[in-house]
Amino acid sequence: MTEITWPWQYNFPPFFTIQPHAETRAKQLEAWQQLIVEYLKATRQSTVDVRETQNNPLFNNTAINRKLSQEAVLTILEDMARTGRAAPTDKSKNVWEVYWHSLDEWGNMVYNWACSNGLNNSVCTLFELREGENTVDEEFHGLDMNVLLKALKALEIKGKCELMEFDDNQGVKFF
Amino acid sequence: MDRFEYIEARLFEGENYIKRDKNVKIYDGDDKTQFTDGEVVLTTHRILWGKPGDIPRGLVCLSLHLYYVFCIEEESGGVFGLGGPKRIILNLSPSLPGKRPGPAVVSTYHFLKLSFKDGVDPAFFKALYDAIAAKEWESPSTVATSLSVSSPTTSAKPSGPTVNSKIRSGIVGIERSIEEQHRATDQSISVAFQDLTKLMEKAKDMVAISKAISAKIREKQGDISEDDTVRFKSYLMSLGIDDPVTRDTFRSDSDYYMGLAQQLSDMMVGVLMDCGGIMSLADVWCRVNRARGLELISPEDLLNACKLLQTIDAPLSLRKFPSGACVLQLNSQRDEEVAKNISGLLEENETLTPVKLSQIANVSVLLAREHLLITERLGMACRDESMEGLAFYPNLFLRESAS
Repeated sequence: MTEITWPWQYNFPPFFTIQPHAETRAKQLEAWQQLIVEYLKATRQSTVDVRETQNNPLFNNTAINRKLSQEAVLTILEDMARTGRAAPTDKSKNVWEVYWHSLDEWGNMVYNWACSNGLNNSVCTLFELREGENTVDEEFHGLDMNVLLKALKALEIKGKCELMEFDDNQGVKFF
Repeated sequence: MDRFEYIEARLFEGENYIKRDKNVKIYDGDDKTQFTDGEVVLTTHRILWGKPGDIPRGLVCLSLHLYYVFCIEEESGGVFGLGGPKRIILNLSPSLPGKRPGPAVVSTYHFLKLSFKDGVDPAFFKALYDAIAAKEWESPSTVATSLSVSSPTTSAKPSGPTVNSKIRSGIVGIERSIEEQHRATDQSISVAFQDLTKLMEKAKDMVAISKAISAKIREKQGDISEDDTVRFKSYLMSLGIDDPVTRDTFRSDSDYYMGLAQQLSDMMVGVLMDCGGIMSLADVWCRVNRARGLELISPEDLLNACKLLQTIDAPLSLRKFPSGACVLQLNSQRDEEVAKNISGLLEENETLTPVKLSQIANVSVLLAREHLLITERLGMACRDESMEGLAFYPNLFLRESAS
């Protein structure tokens, strides 16, 4: 697990209280979103379970004895959802997918990779994209399956690829 | 019967004849005695009994001092109580030592009866009752004279009768003493309030007088040193406002509130400057009424007057915080000023709680909290809510992003 460089806010007690002052709050939420994304990226996670946040070092700074409440976490995640950087996976809003990049960005990233590797009009399996040797240096290597799928679906709508299923595997054909 | 004594039928000095009746028989308790069909004379001090005609001639007769009698009652005679009362029962206290010889040395009874053949004359009964109640024999002049006239043995009655009449035992006695206490308390209370009412009446005159004096001093400024004037004025001030604005000097409420507002602003400016420029309305109310002394105002009047402060261009104004707390503050105490001040303090202390700020800035905790909230509203502080309570920090979120 990578060592995380915490931002200065992490050791600033007011960071763990949602600020009522609008401007301050905006700055605070922004800082949180950055931190969450950084943290997930560093630990290679893409979901946040609100119910499990209380013991997560991300939301619980034991050094200054402050932790972010569940409501506050929810507030931040909902704010992220507005900008398309997170989405709840269930109605009860307990588990959230957090995107290091927006789905569009992911899609473009995959598409660009495919183009630059001359994979147009050919088919790749999703397994190849996530685990293949060719993608080791790419950011989307090891990306959560569901996130990848959503990104590709968004790409499909734009007409840049087509998802297909064969046997028990899923594949994608880039145009 | 043993309370009777033989004596010549003469009045003591200071003793007065009251009433007489005929055909009277004496009973010792319930027993008949040999003293029948006699004549009874009631005086302010005694009851005399003698054979008809003996008393007017000044012969020896029976005498009973009234101080033996502590209670009398009528006994209804005849069958079924018809024909009115026939007898008077005299309840007697024990005989005192040193009395003159009488018809009996001892008696088993502590009462005797006077039986009237023709029925008890209500007037006689009343006279007897009054004589006992009046206690003529206790008045000093009589005591003195009876001392000189009667033999030392008779008159050497210590305070026996007095004691007997005062000591009342039983529930009645207790009730009476309680009643007496009540009466005394009642009296002292009413006396006390009388004084207060008078003081209230005089208060206005006092104000007028003090004004006149201060005017005179001003006229004679040359003669009196500045020092004296100042001292006198401070006396006046310590008495309170020298001319309180009162409701009855104004025609309408709004005029009254205007006047009050003006006075409020005159009075509170100095006070507010001493107290950090801001004061909760409750404190203001106490201050104002303290200064007014007698012409007190209600909280509502104060609030109404405060609302008018802006219309008279006073240097202070009423301020209601979002939390509902009402304060009177100097206009110089604008939010921006406060916030600047507080953020300076925040920088110095790194973090502040309302309590800590109240100690540093010497204001109440409530106000300190409001001050911090103002600062926060202006984006110059940010909050930290934790187990330890609410604390405030310099707003690094905005500052860091700006730099």
